[in-house]
Amino acid sequence: MSRIEAEVGKPQGGIMQWIDERFPWTETMKYHITEYYASKNFNFWYVFGVLAMLVLVIQLVTGIFLTMNYKPSALEAFASVEYIMRDVEWGWLIRYMHSTGASFFFIVVYLHMFRAMLYGSYKKPRELVWLIGMVIFFVLMAEAFAGYLLPWGQMSYWGAQVIISLFGAIPGIGEAIVELIRGDYSISDITLNRFFALHVVVLPLALISLVLVHIVALHQVGSLNPDGIEIKEQKGPDGIPLDGIAFHPYYTTKDLVAIIIFMMAFSGVMFFAPDMGGYFLEHANYEPANLTATPEHISPVWYFTPFYAILRAVPDKLWGATMMAVAVILPVFLPWLDRSRVKSIRYRGWIYKFALTCFAISFVVLGWLGTKPPDTLYTIAARIFSAVYFAFFLLMPYYTTIDKTKPVPDRVVYHG
Amino acid sequence: MNEEDVDRIDRNRRHFLTVATAVTGAVGIGFASIPFLSSLKPSARAQALGAPVEVPIGTMEPGEMLRVLWRGKLVFILRRTKEMLRRLPENLNRLKDPTSAIIEQQPDYAANATRSVNPEFLVVIGSCTHLGCAPLEDFEVRPSDNWNGGFFCPCHGSKFDLAGRVYKGVPAPSNLRIPPHRFVRDDLLLIGLHTGEA
Repeated sequence: MSRIEAEVGKPQGGIMQWIDERFPWTETMKYHITEYYASKNFNFWYVFGVLAMLVLVIQLVTGIFLTMNYKPSALEAFASVEYIMRDVEWGWLIRYMHSTGASFFFIVVYLHMFRAMLYGSYKKPRELVWLIGMVIFFVLMAEAFAGYLLPWGQMSYWGAQVIISLFGAIPGIGEAIVELIRGDYSISDITLNRFFALHVVVLPLALISLVLVHIVALHQVGSLNPDGIEIKEQKGPDGIPLDGIAFHPYYTTKDLVAIIIFMMAFSGVMFFAPDMGGYFLEHANYEPANLTATPEHISPVWYFTPFYAILRAVPDKLWGATMMAVAVILPVFLPWLDRSRVKSIRYRGWIYKFALTCFAISFVVLGWLGTKPPDTLYTIAARIFSAVYFAFFLLMPYYTTIDKTKPVPDRVVYHG
Repeated sequence: MNEEDVDRIDRNRRHFLTVATAVTGAVGIGFASIPFLSSLKPSARAQALGAPVEVPIGTMEPGEMLRVLWRGKLVFILRRTKEMLRRLPENLNRLKDPTSAIIEQQPDYAANATRSVNPEFLVVIGSCTHLGCAPLEDFEVRPSDNWNGGFFCPCHGSKFDLAGRVYKGVPAPSNLRIPPHRFVRDDLLLIGLHTGEA
């Protein structure tokens, strides 16, 4: 092998060549990282995917260390969490990192999903990327829910009671399903044990695999950009998209800045407000589970409250549970509900901008209402905003058709 | 493989073998999944722990309520006063299902106007039929609120009267459940075994 070849990055002989003949290491690195071309005009909305992966790693590492001291038993669970907090060296840090990580996971995932709605990232040909992402979201919800039972506090127990009871609303087989989930006639040690297995083995494995599939699917079609333009349609003589830059080193360094800013916010919460005023760690959960008394006020952790508010807005068990399930599932259909000819909000008309604003407001307000007690006034508000939430999706085929769009340029545009 | 050999391939036979193998595999997976799914059902120990519980009720005062756990479920035992029993019929037209006719929520021997074996003692599962929170007792009669005393669920605001019957206009779909129970003696209640069963 000549020196010149080595300099231009051809197989260099030695260890790398030995590996590459047996495993496509260099090829994979090029395909996914050093020669993966992403649009050069990404704005800050494009950092949340990387941040979600960062939080996944934080959760995996802190989670593994927590399992070394946690005991998945109804008699010992609560005490073992207290033990981690008080007696294990740095245990408080590891546990707060994990609990803060749970909330930040949903913050970055919600923003990541909203990015897709802003720029039409779910539209053809990225439907599958979006669908896999939605499956990740569902698994993440299950993961968070299973994890919340583990400290065996008051809110762990009664929150699980409420959510598992939802399955009982299914006509006919509901009660049998509930019994199969609990493995007992009520939520018990047996339920805790299996939720532990789900939380630390089944669901994390699913999450990791799905994230890899999500990325492979994305790299097959290529990332979109704030202009909603397919950069692969304008290639240079070298076959590289004219508006593309290599993911590494350009976006790896840019993402590093985002990671630093993110970790500052993360650390701020973790060190100074780990319970975030009862939103990240609910106060009722500082009491061990008491099977004979529901806490005065019960609500799920903030990331489930928008859907919980929809559940409560309906004064009927089966319909409430159905509406909540529909609210969670509806975004799956976005690629087909959205009939607009353009992808990015930059070239859409006022109707979509207005609709998306209403949707964002209703989601946040529903989230706030879900943390409040079931008061008459709050219930009325929850009904109004639930209607807005559903209207955004169900009327989308209509309003995206009549919305006036602007012409989309051939090449990406910089703003500011 | 030359052309003659290709012609001699029996495609039907291949197709049959492929399908037969796939079907056999699927049936095998089906059977193999039974032990795994069954292991998720309540175990023998969980069923044994669901054995009946004895509750001494001899010392209960009228108006007093006990909370006991049976199969990990909360059970309320309320010794109703004469006044409480007298007011029960007043609620009738404000209840969703006054006779528990829509959904069976009690054993036959408790299917009566007071939903009890012994009218004095109300025995109900303290789990809201909406989403399973434990209702709170509120026995104070407040004519201004049209409230004759009963149970109130703090989670989603469902209301039940002193026979565990659900009021109209609340999210809970049905009356509170009455567990199997029997009075072994006047002062001893057994929860988990039906009245009149061996």
